[in-house]
Amino acid sequence: MTTTTIIGLEVHVQLLTNSKIFCGCSSAFNPHQPNVQTCPVCLGLPGSLPVMNRRAFELAVKTALALNCDIAPFTKWDRKQYYYPDLPKGYQISQYDLPFSDDGALEIEVGGEGGGTRKIGIIRAHLEEDAGKNVHDETGRGTDSQVDLNRAGTPLLEIVSQPDLRSPQEAKRYLEELKLLLTYLNVSDCNMQEGSLRCDANVNLHIHQDDGHKVATPIVEIKNLNSFRNVELAIEFEVKRQYEEWEKTGKKMGEVAKETRGWDAARGKTVPQRGKEEASDYRYFPDPDLVPVTVSAELLDSIRATLCEFPADRRERFKGTYGLSDYDARVTVDQGQAFADYFEEVAGLCGDGKQACNWVTQDVLREMNERNLSIGEFPIRAAVLGNLLERIAKKQITIKSAREVFLELLAENPSRRPISSAHIDQIIAEKGLALVTDTGELEGVIAEVVGKNPKAVADFKAGKQAAVGALIGQVMKAVKGADPQTVRTMLVEKLGNP
Amino acid sequence: MAAQLTPADVLKVAKLARLKLSDAEVGDYTAKLGGILAYVDSLGEVNTDEIEPMVHAVELSNVFRTDEATPSLPREAALSNAPKTDGQFFLVPQILDAE
Repeated sequence: MTTTTIIGLEVHVQLLTNSKIFCGCSSAFNPHQPNVQTCPVCLGLPGSLPVMNRRAFELAVKTALALNCDIAPFTKWDRKQYYYPDLPKGYQISQYDLPFSDDGALEIEVGGEGGGTRKIGIIRAHLEEDAGKNVHDETGRGTDSQVDLNRAGTPLLEIVSQPDLRSPQEAKRYLEELKLLLTYLNVSDCNMQEGSLRCDANVNLHIHQDDGHKVATPIVEIKNLNSFRNVELAIEFEVKRQYEEWEKTGKKMGEVAKETRGWDAARGKTVPQRGKEEASDYRYFPDPDLVPVTVSAELLDSIRATLCEFPADRRERFKGTYGLSDYDARVTVDQGQAFADYFEEVAGLCGDGKQACNWVTQDVLREMNERNLSIGEFPIRAAVLGNLLERIAKKQITIKSAREVFLELLAENPSRRPISSAHIDQIIAEKGLALVTDTGELEGVIAEVVGKNPKAVADFKAGKQAAVGALIGQVMKAVKGADPQTVRTMLVEKLGNP
Repeated sequence: MAAQLTPADVLKVAKLARLKLSDAEVGDYTAKLGGILAYVDSLGEVNTDEIEPMVHAVELSNVFRTDEATPSLPREAALSNAPKTDGQFFLVPQILDAE
């Protein structure tokens, strides 16, 4: 008997607008000053008239295009009725039967090196307004709940995937790729702490029995997933729970209502939540206050023109242009657009993509993380690192010396001021790191080292190749910046082949 | 002619709206709402066989506003119609997870 895990994700993304979706109130995250970003429209007062935010619509279309969705030529808004204290109108303005986009896909990389890609279908993406925020009394003393409507009416894009994901790891990978794409498009800041990106997961199992029958377990929607790690953990938990539940009760899909469960991160388990109302209970109907939108070819073209290179294309280009491996291309691109831009600038300046990648993904990333800096705040700018690495390519310094300069540049800079290339010259001069390939200067030192180390010389002559290493080390110590390759050649020549 | 509104329909709608109705009220609203529906149902007398359904009552499209933040209401004004506040938040009876 085998089981297949079936996962579909609903992602809500807050769009990067200045104002709310149907009114001019600021859409800034502001939990510390409750109820200061409201007006008659988002409070749902009688007689107020919502008007669609053009920017929100355009950002939504831009995202849908990037997700390979079809854009509907005609779209409208509907009222989704339900009763909850954070929803002042008693309905949410959303899209029901004519969403502005549908039938897209997002390609994700699965597995390790050469693991291939999988295309995850997107059922639809539609626009809607956010609700407010309830603040519950946690003391259990039964006092009132507080409602803050600052967030009510914030533009949300809901992106619904097909149930194409087959493991918790794939679900996490999909979310990472989606988030990366959204930040590349600059349509959302995707800040999960501030609720700019929220995710619900629909999970069930297909159990393939030995007699050839397939059984589907009831679908469970998991809410309250506030990090990608928690999405992974919650699905892992749910897979195990549903299997055990099926073994115990034998209940199949269709025999019980779809259940909503919440993820309790502290206890590491999903717990039942309120019964989900059937879709028909939302009593959708067209919002008479909002007029439909027709999307012309001109509008589509103008939005398409704002699209940038997508992360997946950029990975491919990095492999082709800079000779990066699958792994290196992924690490470089997945750190975000600014980081990949930084890499490209360094690679362009030093003319060695592989070298640039090693430095950026190892040295720069390590120091960034240690100092808790973003790439934008990192004091060694791409131009300076490019300049440093160019000196390696031109055989002016060794990689080892470059690393010394790199750390010195950072150490010298507690105030996080940007560092200029002139600093590099200064450190190379002060520390005598300039690569010495001048054989005249090296000859005397080599003669001296050979004279002082008769045992190593004898060992080498007796056939112990490794003995030359100690001699090279001593020469390098005496002449900082000596080119190890030149030193080796000269030493071997002087000692004569064993 | 639409099907007759039943007390069960009224109870379902009341539940969705979180309203608690007495038996007498269920009877009262079944009659009154039924009357409204019957009135609206008179539209059914119009022959619409050859007419495309409309998705919207207004023949306008593409009405947008520019994405500019404009001043909001002062908090005091925003809260002024609320039955209960603490000066910062709207207050509602404790929300329970389970029903």
